[in-house]
Amino acid sequence: MIQISNIHKVFNPGKANQVNAVNGISLQIKKEEFLVIVGANGSGKTTMLDMVAGSVFPTSGSITIDSENVTKLPDYRRSKWIARVFQNPVSGTASDLSILDNFRLAAIRTKPKGLSIGINDEFKKQVKEKIATLGMGLENKIDQPMGTLSGGQRQALTLLMSVMDNCKVLLLDEPTAALDPRSAEVVMRTADKLIKDYKLTAILITHNLKDAFTYGNRIILVSEGQIIKDLDAENKQALSQNDLFGWFS
Amino acid sequence: MDFYLTALLQGLCFSALALGIFISMKIFNIPDITTDGSYTLGAVVTAVMLTHHQPTYIILPAVIIAGGLAGALTGIIHTKLKINALLAGILVMTALWSVNLTIMGTSNLPLNSLPTLFNLVHISADPNHNTFWIVSGFVIIITALIGYLLKTDFGIAMRATGNSESMIRSLGVNTDRMKITGLALANALTALSGYLISQNQGFTDISMGIGIVIAGLGSVIIAETLINWFRITSVWLSLILVIAGAIIFQMVLAITLDIGVDANLLKLVTAVFVLLIVSLPRIKFAK
Repeated sequence: MIQISNIHKVFNPGKANQVNAVNGISLQIKKEEFLVIVGANGSGKTTMLDMVAGSVFPTSGSITIDSENVTKLPDYRRSKWIARVFQNPVSGTASDLSILDNFRLAAIRTKPKGLSIGINDEFKKQVKEKIATLGMGLENKIDQPMGTLSGGQRQALTLLMSVMDNCKVLLLDEPTAALDPRSAEVVMRTADKLIKDYKLTAILITHNLKDAFTYGNRIILVSEGQIIKDLDAENKQALSQNDLFGWFS
Repeated sequence: MDFYLTALLQGLCFSALALGIFISMKIFNIPDITTDGSYTLGAVVTAVMLTHHQPTYIILPAVIIAGGLAGALTGIIHTKLKINALLAGILVMTALWSVNLTIMGTSNLPLNSLPTLFNLVHISADPNHNTFWIVSGFVIIITALIGYLLKTDFGIAMRATGNSESMIRSLGVNTDRMKITGLALANALTALSGYLISQNQGFTDISMGIGIVIAGLGSVIIAETLINWFRITSVWLSLILVIAGAIIFQMVLAITLDIGVDANLLKLVTAVFVLLIVSLPRIKFAK
């Protein structure tokens, strides 16, 4: 599904503040695989995710999705495969727009944004039904601005928005970092359910080792821009929480 | 009374400019100073085409295209050359001064004896009433078009671009192209105000656009204050309040002159008025 071949990323090359964020990472992510990436701050995991999303281009190396070379394809053109949940709930939704408007954009992610009005009664019904599955009571607030909701509610809705259109890859960039433990749990459970229900290929970056242990069927440890450990589903299952803590000691 | 009717007409003529500023400042979150130049550009194109006896149905699209091109240029400089939006607008505005002067060939062009829009269309025998109905028609059509646009899928994407760029890019929108389109639309509207004002006042002057951005900003800030007070989320109501803001702004200036304030102090009064509108809600919340 996703083939990352020897990618490097150097920020500010040749300057005093040069940073070698990613140093030759190669990785093959299979269809429907749920990959968890852990690593210390500054280890290069978010840069790697940004390169998969297309918001940052690699200095060298290549990335293919579904056998198509997307290395130089900008983020907005990768949206036909990729949906993304950002660390900050504000980044993943438009605060001033209503929940309904946000969902409308998500529903036409892979389609042209034309000069017709797409929000009709049928669409409203469809959105309400989808939101009701969260059990948060938000289905009666679809005309409210997204900015009036809590971070947890917004992240849960962002997850639902990601499956409104034909999404194949879901990128989760520390989606619970800004949330309280209860909201974080709801968001992670929702993400896990959607990934399974929609048979998505997913990449989760997290600092929460409990989540890293609980979710996903493959885990990698990134340090200084390189993959230090890579455990497949079988080896991940054999991993204890203490082993995982041991990676960071 | 005619004095206030003139202010009302001015306010209606400035509605398109206010809607333009609303699009650039509130929807795209871009402080666009191109306004001063594109407003004059609209008036200059109108004046030159009228003096060359071009028909009205050609003048109007020409004005819209000219304003749109000016805005698109600011957008291209900002997005493709990665120049700060404020600086991009200042550069285009500065360049437009020479462009406008070159097109017009003189610093002032009277339109009194020419068949302007207000001479051609006769709805009322009273010239002021006639102007009122024509300009009102314009404002209604523009508001309806912009309101419809903002409700479409494209319009929702426009509104999201200024709100959360990372989100809208991940949803498949080329934000550079969207900003260029938005600035083109904003300045096309601004040029339309120049088109209306020049024909209403009967002349085009090269310096008529200096500081005009403040009139637009003031109108939008009045609207924004009302939007926040009444917690309005409707796109249609927001647009109507922007137009109300443009009229209120001109009315305040008219009252200022009516109570005997020196006309030379009008720009100072304008600046203080805008400052008051901006700061009053903050003073209230700071308690």
